[in-house]
Amino acid sequence: MAATSNGKANGATRWIGTRPVRPDGVDKVTGRARFGADVHLPNMLVGKVLRSPHAHARIRSIDASAALALPGVKTVVTRDDFNDLSSEFVPAGEMLVNYRDVVRNVMAREKALFEGHPVAAVAAVSEKVAREALALIDVDYEVLPHVLDVVDAMAPDAPLLHEDMITAGVEPAPTKPSNIAKVVEFKLGDVAAGFAEADIVIEREFSTQPVHQGYIEPHSCIANYSEDDQAELWCTTQGHFVVRGHCAKLLGMDVSKLRVTASEIGGGFGGKTVVYLEPVALMLSRKSGQPVKMTMSREEVFRASGPAAGTRVWVKIGMTNEGRITAGEAVLKYQAGAFQGSPVQPGCMCAFAPYDLDHVKVIGYDVLVNRPKVAAYRAPGAPQSEFAVESVVDELAKRIGMDPVELRLKNAAKQGTKAAYGPTFGPVGLVETLEQAKAHEHYRAPLKPGQGRGVASGFWFNIGGETCATLNLGEDGTIALVAGTPDIGGSRASLCLQAAETLGVDVERIRPLIGDTSTLGYTFLTGGSRTAFASGMAVVEAGKDMIRQLCERAAKVWDIPVEAVEWSDGEARPAGSNAGEFDPLSLADLARLAGKTGGPFVGRAQINAQGAGPSFGTHIVDVDVDRETGRVTIERYTVIQDAGTAVHPSYVEGQLQGGAVQGIGWALNEEYIYDDKGRLQNPGFLDYRIPVCSDVPMIDTVIVEVPNPTHPYGVRGVGETPIVPPMAAIANAVEGALGMRFMDLPMSPPRVLKALEDARIAEAA
Amino acid sequence: MRYEAPETIEGAVKLLAGGGPRGRVLAGGTDLLVQLRAGMIAPELVVDIKRIDETREIREEGGRLVIGAAVTGAELGEHAAAKAMWPGVVEATELIGSTQIQGRASLAGNLCNASPAADTVPALVAAAATCRIAGPGGERRVPVEEVCTGPGELSLDDGEFVVAFEFPERPPRSADAYLRFIPRTEMDIAVVGAGVNLSFDDNGRCAAARVSLGAVAPTVILVEEAGRALVGTECDDAALQNMAAAASAACRPIDDKRGTVEYRTKVAGVLATRAAKIAAQRAKGAR
Repeated sequence: MAATSNGKANGATRWIGTRPVRPDGVDKVTGRARFGADVHLPNMLVGKVLRSPHAHARIRSIDASAALALPGVKTVVTRDDFNDLSSEFVPAGEMLVNYRDVVRNVMAREKALFEGHPVAAVAAVSEKVAREALALIDVDYEVLPHVLDVVDAMAPDAPLLHEDMITAGVEPAPTKPSNIAKVVEFKLGDVAAGFAEADIVIEREFSTQPVHQGYIEPHSCIANYSEDDQAELWCTTQGHFVVRGHCAKLLGMDVSKLRVTASEIGGGFGGKTVVYLEPVALMLSRKSGQPVKMTMSREEVFRASGPAAGTRVWVKIGMTNEGRITAGEAVLKYQAGAFQGSPVQPGCMCAFAPYDLDHVKVIGYDVLVNRPKVAAYRAPGAPQSEFAVESVVDELAKRIGMDPVELRLKNAAKQGTKAAYGPTFGPVGLVETLEQAKAHEHYRAPLKPGQGRGVASGFWFNIGGETCATLNLGEDGTIALVAGTPDIGGSRASLCLQAAETLGVDVERIRPLIGDTSTLGYTFLTGGSRTAFASGMAVVEAGKDMIRQLCERAAKVWDIPVEAVEWSDGEARPAGSNAGEFDPLSLADLARLAGKTGGPFVGRAQINAQGAGPSFGTHIVDVDVDRETGRVTIERYTVIQDAGTAVHPSYVEGQLQGGAVQGIGWALNEEYIYDDKGRLQNPGFLDYRIPVCSDVPMIDTVIVEVPNPTHPYGVRGVGETPIVPPMAAIANAVEGALGMRFMDLPMSPPRVLKALEDARIAEAA
Repeated sequence: MRYEAPETIEGAVKLLAGGGPRGRVLAGGTDLLVQLRAGMIAPELVVDIKRIDETREIREEGGRLVIGAAVTGAELGEHAAAKAMWPGVVEATELIGSTQIQGRASLAGNLCNASPAADTVPALVAAAATCRIAGPGGERRVPVEEVCTGPGELSLDDGEFVVAFEFPERPPRSADAYLRFIPRTEMDIAVVGAGVNLSFDDNGRCAAARVSLGAVAPTVILVEEAGRALVGTECDDAALQNMAAAASAACRPIDDKRGTVEYRTKVAGVLATRAAKIAAQRAKGAR
C-alpha cells in the first residue's frame, strides 16, 4: 500500500487552506443549535445556588429545614453531601487542579472564600420556588477580614484564606502559613553578568486587573441521575471528558457510569475548562431522583466563575547602546483567587520567550485572594507578563531611537534559540511576523496629529495531548467524523478539511460530530490551542487507518497484493505492474461493496499528540487619545501571526481578530470593581465593559505560515497567542500619542485623564 | 400581578389611583421589565399606557412640538420635524440602548425611571420642556426638571402619569445639542451628560441659553449660572470657558463604578462646552 495525501506529492493541497461554510453555521444562524440551556427533560427540576454574600466568612452552620418544607422543593444540597477529598493534583487545561480544592470550590466547606462562593443548592419544581427556597436557607456566618489585592495578600499580617497553607517551592519550607501557595523560578545564564554588559537598564513595575473571559453563554447543564447509579450530563464545556473525570471523582462514581455530552458552546476562551454547576446538578439529581437543570445568571457568572489573574509584575531589562538585549529579569505576583493555581508558571515561562537571550531570571508567586478562583483565559498567564516585558522593550527602543520592530528583530527568538524555560525552539515564525510588520502598509502609514502607534509581539506554547477520533464510512461513501474536542472556534470545519485532504474526498461529504464521552476514548479538553493540531493529527491518523482498510479491500476485489494498491484522489488504484489493469474503486464503490468484502469501514486513531508548535504574533495599533476626557480610541489595528498552516483561513483570521478585541477590552476598560466589603459592584456587561462592535475598527490580519514539522499539514495552534500582544501594543501606542507610559491597566478614561491632569499640574509647577 | 392596557387617559388614571403604591406605569418597558426580571420590583398592577392615543403621537401645535409619553426612540428619530426643531432632544433619545431597545424605549420611561444618568432628561431640561401630567385631580403641567426629586424618586402623586412632553415655541436662530460621555461607544450609561439649548439674536449674540447636566448630582440639574455665562456673548472661547467653569462648579457627583467625582466634574465642563459649540453651529444654520 502506498497512501499519499491528495495533491501533497507536488506540495499543493486541495482542501487545506480553503474556506468552506462551517458545518455548524446553519444551525447557529437559524437558532437550531442547542446550547447548554437548550435541553429539557420530562419531570425536570430547576436547580439554584445559594451564594455567600461575604468575601470571607467561616460557615458555622447551615439550616435548610424551612426551605425543604416549602411546597415544590425536592431537595437541598450542602457541603455535607460531598465527601471531602485529599490533596491531589491533576491536569486541567494548561493548569493543575487539586480535588481538595475542586470540591470546596463547587460547594464551600469550612469557609466561604469569596463573594458568590456556593454555600447550598436547591432543586425545585420551578425557578420561582427555587428562588424562594434559597431565601429560606439559614446560614450562620462568622464574617472574617478579607483581602483582594495580591500585594496586600502577601503581607505578613494578611488575613489567611487557608490557615494550613505552607508556601511550596521555598527551601527551607516556611514554618508559618501564608497566602503564597507557591514560588517558581526560571533561570538561564547569569543575569548579574548580563546586566553588567548593558549600557542601559530599565526597570518598571506594572499591574493588571483580573478580567473575565466574557463568554456570552452562561454556564449551564442538565443532570439526570438514575436509580441504578448511572448518570447523564449535558453541559456547555470545553472538555466533557475532563468534566466526567471531575464529576465522577466528586460523586464517587465510575467514569463509565457517567456519560457527558458537550452542548454547542457560546464561547469558552479557557473559562469552560473547569466545573462549577455540574457536580451540584448531579448531586441534586441523585438526591431528588429527577433530572435537574441549572443555569447561571450573568451576575453569577461574574461573581463565581474564573477571571484571568490580576497581577503585579516587576521587569528589568538591560541592553547595549546598539540594541542588543543582554539580560532580562522579572518578578511576577499573580492572583490565584480563592484556591491555589494561578497561571504564574506559564506567565514566567512566556515572559521573555520572544527573545533570544543568554541571561534570564524570572520568579513567580502564586497568591491567594478572596476572589473567585481564576480559570484559564486564552494563553493563561502570558498576556500579563508579556505586557510588562513588551512595554519595557518599547521604552528601550525609544531610549536609543531605534525602531521597535528593528529592536525586536535584532533580538528575536528563532530556530535554535534556547528558551529560558528549557526547550530549544524548532522552526518558529517570530522573525517572519516582524518582517511582515515592517513591510506592512499600516506600519508606514502617516499618523494624524495627536495619534500614536505601538507594536508588540507575543508568544504562546500550544499543546498536544491525549486525543481520539473516528471516521465512520457510510454505505454511500459519505463520512461521519467523530471528535472529542468541543468546537469553540471553528475546529469542526478544520477537522473536516484535514480529513478531506487525507482521504482525497470532497469536504462536503464529511459531517462532523463532537461525540459524547462514551463514543470515544479519553480525549483531553479543547484548550492550549490544541484542537486543530491534536484532533487534526488524530483525524489524519484515522484517515490513514481507513485508507489502509480501503486498500486492503480493493486488493481483495482485484485479487492482487495490497502493496500493489495505491490510494490517490479519493480512490484505490492498482499500482506498479498492475497499473491500469483494473478500474479504480472510489470511496463510494468500496463503501457499497463493504458488506460483500468484509464489513464496515471505521478509521480510528488514539494518539498522545506530541510536538505542538509555538505560535508568535506581532501586533500594530494606532490610537487616538481625547486629551479632555481621557478616552483612548483604537483607530487601526493589524494582527500578524504565524499559524503554521492556516487550515481554514477565515477561522484563523477570526481567532486573530477575536484575541485582539479581547485584548483591547483588557487594555482599556475591563476591571472588577469591589466595595470595601469585597462585594463585586459590576457583575454584568453594562458596567464590566467588554468592547462592543462599534468600539473597535475592522481588525486587519496577516497570516504567516511557517509549517510546524511535527504536524502532517504543518498546523500550529492559533487561538491564544493573539490575546498576548494587545495590552503592550496599545500602551506603547498611547505612549506614542501622549509621551506618557501607562503601567497600570486598564487605561480607562478616568485613569488617563488623571495622568494628563497630573502632568499638566507638574508642568505648571 | 395584574396587567391592564386602558385606551383612555381617564381609564389609566382610574386604574393607577386604585392600584396604590404597588401600581406601575408601563410604556416601552425597557427599564420596568428588566427590574421585574431582576426581582428589584414586584408590582401588583402594571398599567400599559401605549394604547392611549395621546401617548403615542408626535404633533406640532402652533409652532410648539408635543411628543407623547410612549413615543419610541425609533419613531422620534425618524420624525423630520421633531429633528429639525429639537435635534438635541432627538439625539439624546437615540442614544438610549441599542437598535432593539430603540424600538421600545420612550421619553417618559427614561424620565420616570428617575435615574440621574438618563440621557433624554438633560436635553429635555435644556429645551425647557414641560410634562403634561394626568391624575385623579385632573391635569397639570410641570417643568421636566421638577419631575424627579432624587434617584428613583418622582414628584408624581399616586394615580398620576406623564401623558406627553410639550416644548416651547422655537425662536429663529435656536438649536440644542446633547452629548454624553461613556467609556464605550454605545450600549452604556452616561458617566456625564450635557444638554445645551441656545438662541441667538440678529447680531449673533446669545439671547437665551439653558445648560443641563446629567449624572453629576442626585437628579439632572439645570445650571442657570452656566446659561448666564453665555447670554450676551457670541459664545466665544472665553464665554465657553466661563460656562464650563460654572457647569463644573455645579456638579455634586458621587464616586461610583461609573466614574469618580473628579472625573465627572472635569468632564461635565468639557461636554457642556462641546455641546454648546454644536448647538451654536446648528443655530447659525437654522432659519
